[in-house]
Amino acid sequence: MIPALTIENLSKVYGDGFVALKGISLEVQQGDFFAMLGPNGAGKSTTIGIICSLVAKTAGKVSVFEVDIDKDFAAAKKYIGIVPQEFNFNQFEKALDIVINQAGYYGLPRELARERAEKYLKALGLWEKRDVPTRMLSGGMKRRLMIARALVHEPKLLILDEPTAGVDIEMRRSMWDFLKKINAQGTTIILTTHYLEEAEALCRHIAIINKGEIVEHSSIKDLLRRLQREVFILDCLEELPESVTISDFVARRVDSHTLEVEVEKGQYINQVFDELDRQGIHISSMRNRANRLEEMFVNLVEGAA
Amino acid sequence: MTLAEQYVALSTIVRKEIKRYLRIWTQTLLPSAITMSLYFVIFGTLIGSRIGEMGGFTYMQFVVPGLIMMAIVTNSYSNVVSSFFGSKFNNSVEELLVSPTPNYIILLGYVIGGISRGMLVAVVVTIVSLFFTHLHIHSYFVVVVIVLMTSTLFALAGFINAVFANNFDDISIIPTFVLTPLIYLGGVFYSMELLPDFWAGVSRLNPLVYVVNAFRYGVLGVSDVSLPLAFGMIGLFTVLAFAYSMHLLNSGTRLRQ
Repeated sequence: MIPALTIENLSKVYGDGFVALKGISLEVQQGDFFAMLGPNGAGKSTTIGIICSLVAKTAGKVSVFEVDIDKDFAAAKKYIGIVPQEFNFNQFEKALDIVINQAGYYGLPRELARERAEKYLKALGLWEKRDVPTRMLSGGMKRRLMIARALVHEPKLLILDEPTAGVDIEMRRSMWDFLKKINAQGTTIILTTHYLEEAEALCRHIAIINKGEIVEHSSIKDLLRRLQREVFILDCLEELPESVTISDFVARRVDSHTLEVEVEKGQYINQVFDELDRQGIHISSMRNRANRLEEMFVNLVEGAA
Repeated sequence: MTLAEQYVALSTIVRKEIKRYLRIWTQTLLPSAITMSLYFVIFGTLIGSRIGEMGGFTYMQFVVPGLIMMAIVTNSYSNVVSSFFGSKFNNSVEELLVSPTPNYIILLGYVIGGISRGMLVAVVVTIVSLFFTHLHIHSYFVVVVIVLMTSTLFALAGFINAVFANNFDDISIIPTFVLTPLIYLGGVFYSMELLPDFWAGVSRLNPLVYVVNAFRYGVLGVSDVSLPLAFGMIGLFTVLAFAYSMHLLNSGTRLRQ
């Protein structure tokens, strides 16, 4: 199976001399749900901009379904649907017109464009708002409109640049469900996000970009497997003594009923429960101190991993 | 893209452009009708009656072709400059840039939008002018060709202005400080025969002189400049403006980072 996206030695130097990308290479397989992570200014949006032609590359090669963008960008663009970070539609136009016009720019006849617009506006819960000027829509609705617009020509590769930024939790979950559904139907998805929980919940593979370089490119499973240490927070039924000791583990009393325990790779958390049980302390609930991926991300970006 | 797909993309852009200026007709169509009516009343009826004949016609008949052309020039220019700059300003131009629509189709779509507004306003202004005078068209062929060429040229000029504009002030500077003086000095209100030889020579450097006179020839059958020269100059400027606009689009100047 040919890859959905291949990037080789891609670099970008802006006019003011800022080096946004330092020769990155990566590959995204067909059908994948791929996360691109990185701090602000890492080069994620520049990479996406180059793939969809809004940014001119300085050097390197980009192929979409093996179509080199330098040789036939128009053909490559037909494969791509893009949902940018910022709202980029005329807010005086109606949602239906925006989606139909976008279909027209891809050469879809008017009748088919109408059918597709109806299909995706309905799927994203915007059909009732189709004749409303888009400036009247909420932020979440505007984001969903951009997804409908990106899907109207039924691209094989959907790229979303922080699609859930500023969206409430309920809306974010429904967007996740929608994206999972279209991914299951065969659309390859590349997602940039600051919500690491989002990447962990949705994506199978990941690239972490920092200062224009890829510092990690693997499957999320592999990445999490490499975690050396996890910190758990235990809520205790009984009041804890001033000092709590659990042999072979680092434990710290947070407050009278909360305990923090570090579990190294190879250790079993059952040992913690057994030890606490012996001390007459019972656990009512337990959670991770931080998102596991977030911890790994911070380590990679700070160069500590 | 296949030719059929390109046609769909082109008609989409044109439809969007026409819909845009019809939606805001009080800002796009009405002002020209009002302004031109005032010109007809003041210059044609009130002052014109004291001026007498010019170029063998009543002053009102003499100024009408120039005023119609003035409406075509300003409207085809301002339609493209405001629409394309607006799409740059709100980033909706990205809808086109990420699509497979070829650059020449994008340019053609905006230009046709500008031409259509220029021609629609020309029809409105012509109808208004018929309340003040009667018009006899000398050559329909010249009228149609010169209107199409002129509105294409100024729609392209509006596009170039929009590409370089950074804010809304930038899209009014050229119409205010360049286009309007050139129109006023382009022989809309007077015959170049009235000018001393030196200033008549200087006026021939003004492209609007050729536009106004060629159109006046089409309507009245009189012109201060030779018709082939007028067509040649307008054609040359149009080709240059089209080539430069394509260069701006292909290089992504002020459009891609």
